Amino acid sequence: MSTKTFKKGSSFRSLPWIGPALLLIFIFVLWPVVELFLVSFREISVSGLIKGWAGTENYKALLDNSDLSGTLRRTAIWLVVVVTLTMALSLPLAQLMNANFRGRRFLRYSVIVPWAASLVITATSWKWILDPYFGIVTRIIVDLRIAEEPVDLLGDPRTSFIVLLAVGITVSLPFTSYVLLAGLQAIPKEIMEASLVDGASAWKGYWAITFPLLRPAFLVAAVINSVYVFNSFPIIWVMTKGGPAYETDTTTTFAYKVAFRDQDIGQSASLAVGNFFVILIFIMLFLKLSKWKELDQR
Amino acid sequence: MTITQINKKRKTSRKKRSKNSRIKSVSLSLTGIIVAFLFIFPYVTMLSTALKPKSDITDMPPTYFPKIYEWGNFIKVFQEIPFGMYMRNTLVISIATMIIGIIVAVPAAYYVARNNFRLRTPFLLLVLITQMFSPTSLLIGIYRELSIFNLVNTYQGLILVNVSFNLAFSVWILSSFFKSIPVEIEEAAFIDGASRFQTFRKISLPLAAPGIVTTAIFTFIAAWNEYVVAYTLASSPEKQPFSVGLSLLTGLYEVKWNFLFAGSLIAIIPIIILFISIEKYLVGGLTAGSVK
Repeated sequence: MSTKTFKKGSSFRSLPWIGPALLLIFIFVLWPVVELFLVSFREISVSGLIKGWAGTENYKALLDNSDLSGTLRRTAIWLVVVVTLTMALSLPLAQLMNANFRGRRFLRYSVIVPWAASLVITATSWKWILDPYFGIVTRIIVDLRIAEEPVDLLGDPRTSFIVLLAVGITVSLPFTSYVLLAGLQAIPKEIMEASLVDGASAWKGYWAITFPLLRPAFLVAAVINSVYVFNSFPIIWVMTKGGPAYETDTTTTFAYKVAFRDQDIGQSASLAVGNFFVILIFIMLFLKLSKWKELDQR
Repeated sequence: MTITQINKKRKTSRKKRSKNSRIKSVSLSLTGIIVAFLFIFPYVTMLSTALKPKSDITDMPPTYFPKIYEWGNFIKVFQEIPFGMYMRNTLVISIATMIIGIIVAVPAAYYVARNNFRLRTPFLLLVLITQMFSPTSLLIGIYRELSIFNLVNTYQGLILVNVSFNLAFSVWILSSFFKSIPVEIEEAAFIDGASRFQTFRKISLPLAAPGIVTTAIFTFIAAWNEYVVAYTLASSPEKQPFSVGLSLLTGLYEVKWNFLFAGSLIAIIPIIILFISIEKYLVGGLTAGSVK
């Protein structure tokens, strides 16, 4: 870019242009962060009034909460299982979406649907599909003679979390496989063909040539997906409300329950502060991977 | 080997190859269609349920398809549940979010794309970090702050939160559009005596129109699908968007699943079409340009 017309201006002159955006980010994104930290050290009444400083009482209450350890364990499983399986499945899915065949457009549009549609609606539909009496899954299971009786997959703590994991994966796949598809499309055709012509098997060629070229897209998709999955609320909330009891809660739904159902704002805020630091780690990874500096340098 | 023999062999091998590739393409198509169906299965079930009359909903075991197709459910939904009100609220929130979002993001994106200034790097970094935050993790902070401003259970509160959390994507994608416009065009206008603002309004803005439309659609969809903030802040039905309203209906003693899903489909189908229309730009915007 030439520097003839637009010289390096002072920051003051930039304010009319970026000021409103800056203001909104400060007020509605950064202020809530500060408020969250403050509240975690406050004693708050049930009606939400500040009674005074609480020191680390809220954090102690959180650590004493008997449902915390199960929730932390489940959050780790939720994050690792959903992200790992999503990434593993989106590699072949992206490959299929990139292949040349009749019906490719139909596949691509179908994969977009869970991404575009409201997650609440998708989750509601799954809840209905899995209804022990009126749901279609019961019908399928009975028709296939897997079971005689209606099954309550969401009500049974042994199966409910597994079902949530599966739904979590189906709604994560569209984003990651579209990122990988974009990565695949950026690989020159000659390279892809060369990997086959050299007599290497398709499988070998994929891991030797295609995947290394896809790695940057793969990593970015994995990190962004991790944040989405960690913050995921509607799937669990709509399908089980974290129940039965706390059996399917992750830290995100657990924090919501503690704040808005048990009315313990302080304790919930201290958990949210923990969540904040987890997200911060992902942000660091993202900044490291992303090419934001390219836009920066122009 | 005689020439005819060689030719014959060639022929059969070609035939074999074309047969192989046909098998390959048919099996690809088959796989593709099965995989596609797995993704749309919940929505197909929704459609089948939405078309069932009330008596069929509680069939045990349920039927795969409606016995009678009640297309009228898509009209009756407006009387059976407060769907019209939910849609009005959703439209108000999404349209306002889209308009304010564009008004705020366009100048910022343009300035960032065209100027070098000291705040530039910190601003870009801030925008990127915001992109990774979701209101879900900051809910308590948002709730308490909005109570201070008296914005709990108001359209304004929901709109402002939606705008702020979507600014990152908007600024990012818009500035890449502005950057793709050759500077020379603007310089020419500048030399012809146009002011800075005139150049922006008459030259750059129209050229970036596709980017602005893409961004507007994305912001609109994000606000349309937003759930957790509205669920927490919009306590009265008169303010609830469809995502909250419909989800609360499933908690009632008698759930009108057919109408619930008829409404759901009305709410998601236009959005899916809009989403497909901006698909090309989504990956670039959401990964902040790190993939394409």
